[in-house]
Amino acid sequence: MSNEFAIEARGLSKRFGSVQAVNRLDLNVPKGQIYGFLGPNGSGKSTTIRMLCGLLLPTEGSATVLDTDIPGDTRALKPRIGYMTQKFSLFGDMTVFENLQFIAEIYSFPAHDRAPRIDALLQQYDLEQQRDQLADTMSGGQKQRLALACAVLHRPELLLLDEPTSAVDPQSRRDFWARLFELADAGTTILVSTHYMDEAERCHRLAILDHGVKVADGTPDDLQNNTGMHIVEVLADDPYRAHAALSNIPDIASVTQLGIRLRVLIPTTIDDPLRLVDSNLRAQDVQAHAQLTSASLEDVFVAVTLTPRERAA
Amino acid sequence: MKSLGRLLAIVRKEVRQLRRDRLTFGMIVGLPIIQVLLFGYAINTDVRDLKTAVANQANTHLSRQFVAELEQTQVVDIIATVANAGQLEDLLRAGDISIGVLIPHDFDRRVADASRAAVHLLVDGSDPTILSVANQLRSMPIAFDVASDTARGKMVVGGPSGPIELRPYYNPERRSPVNIVPGLMGIILTMTMTLFTAVAVVRERERGNLELLINTPVSSAELMIGKVVPYVLIGLVQLALIVGVGQLLFDVPIRGSIVDLYLAATAFIAANLALGLFISTAAKTQFQAMQVTIFYLLPSILLSGFMFPFDGMPKVAQYLGELLPNTHFIRLTRGIMLRDATLVELYAEIVFLIGFALIAMTAAALRFSKRLD
Repeated sequence: MSNEFAIEARGLSKRFGSVQAVNRLDLNVPKGQIYGFLGPNGSGKSTTIRMLCGLLLPTEGSATVLDTDIPGDTRALKPRIGYMTQKFSLFGDMTVFENLQFIAEIYSFPAHDRAPRIDALLQQYDLEQQRDQLADTMSGGQKQRLALACAVLHRPELLLLDEPTSAVDPQSRRDFWARLFELADAGTTILVSTHYMDEAERCHRLAILDHGVKVADGTPDDLQNNTGMHIVEVLADDPYRAHAALSNIPDIASVTQLGIRLRVLIPTTIDDPLRLVDSNLRAQDVQAHAQLTSASLEDVFVAVTLTPRERAA
Repeated sequence: MKSLGRLLAIVRKEVRQLRRDRLTFGMIVGLPIIQVLLFGYAINTDVRDLKTAVANQANTHLSRQFVAELEQTQVVDIIATVANAGQLEDLLRAGDISIGVLIPHDFDRRVADASRAAVHLLVDGSDPTILSVANQLRSMPIAFDVASDTARGKMVVGGPSGPIELRPYYNPERRSPVNIVPGLMGIILTMTMTLFTAVAVVRERERGNLELLINTPVSSAELMIGKVVPYVLIGLVQLALIVGVGQLLFDVPIRGSIVDLYLAATAFIAANLALGLFISTAAKTQFQAMQVTIFYLLPSILLSGFMFPFDGMPKVAQYLGELLPNTHFIRLTRGIMLRDATLVELYAEIVFLIGFALIAMTAAALRFSKRLD
């Protein structure tokens, strides 16, 4: 059964005791795309990924991953997916080469193709210098490249990456994403979780998770154009006082300070957001300049993760 | 004052963490209670009910009376009656009995003749405790008429050899290394083998490797068996070291077949590795795995017949002991190394070990879930 989606989830839920980690998640991940999972720690990203590769049993709902039903027998699925765990999970007391060799063997990668495949990966992932180094002695960026090399060694159709860049520097993150795009170009579907906005922005599509609930889903552009909020940027001499002046105003959904700037989110139901901001600043005698601007992904995130009470405001 | 506050903070933290580590908490309570019970049962210096066979070739009134009195001491438990010395030796070698009582046909005449031994006790000298208990039996009087003090006195004050002659088999010089080394093999292998695999799965869980492994196509059975195989070889190397040192330094003999010894050891090593693996699937931390291993090691030392003669232990302790692989392995090693017994004669012991290994292995593979919840 061929299908345009690599992953389809229907009402996927997971409960740990009294904690609802994932709550009725619907998800459609198109093949050959990079699909982002954006959300703070504890929003259910890891739990969802673990359910999708069969490591955790959903308490409710179901999913189809590469034509395999979940819950169900996931043995046939394992060789077709690559999984990169949040915590480094390769063998620290083995060398880079030994780790790659082990992965090749465990995935029954054809014996005569193993050596060239490993050589190619070492080169591609810039690990030739570290070939005989113990994995535990490498830097965060090197470990991450090894983990990705191991996850893609058997050429999986679907890559599940759980916060792959949380332990690496910005340069390594950029290089990492360049490699992800290469993989996606070659036809691999990639589901990647992150809590970095700049990474989320690079995804073809993304879902925002908050407390186990999907609060937004779409392309980054769609999400930015449909926040339901006016975004007002306030440049103030004293941003702290400006913040205070704009807080606890019923019509203002959110105020966030970014350096000397404030980003103020006001629901589109308010006709003149600039006047609302100006009048409140003047009332508190705060010198500031306010202007309308377009939404960033951070604004989207703030807008969709507001509590219902705040959103209604 | 500040120092005390910090100290108390550490104390509170330790207690709090301990309370959440249920297994460790259970060990704190369970280990002393259960081990004291085990020790109490096993450490029992007045040995009773040693398995004994009698070859009463005289079959006279006096000889039958002697056998009855022997039985009344409760030191021996007569489980078989055979015809001759050869059959006693066979039973001894197979480990079915610890003592063989040989009463020659001229028993009555020998009793009267203080210069000749009236009864021969064929004793399994591979266990020193049994030997010393049998030694005490020698002071037993043999009398024509139990009621007659004169007759009794006459018999007790026999010749220098006494009416009962002891024939220690398998370790006539009564050297302790000969007894200790075959038993020690079981203890050492129990400790190292079980510990190796007990921490194997837990260690990978702690390091995070397991999450990666269970997402690969590797099956539970492949993973379990793959973890056991290298350690079987390590165990056999350890065995070679113990046997080698035993022979070189202590002259511990291998009277039986070395092939039999290695086959028996392979089954025993597999049993312990499989049990270790099972422990590993249940324990949450390496520390817990080690605790459970020690918990299992102590009865393997105390109740296996290594420290105290198996037959001398109370029934409850014997039933527990029968469940331990080491009990069966010690019977095998003492049999093969000291008594020149064959695996065929000792088949029941090896069947137990193989069965134990298979059951523990299956249980470990079933318990090991390829999921995280």
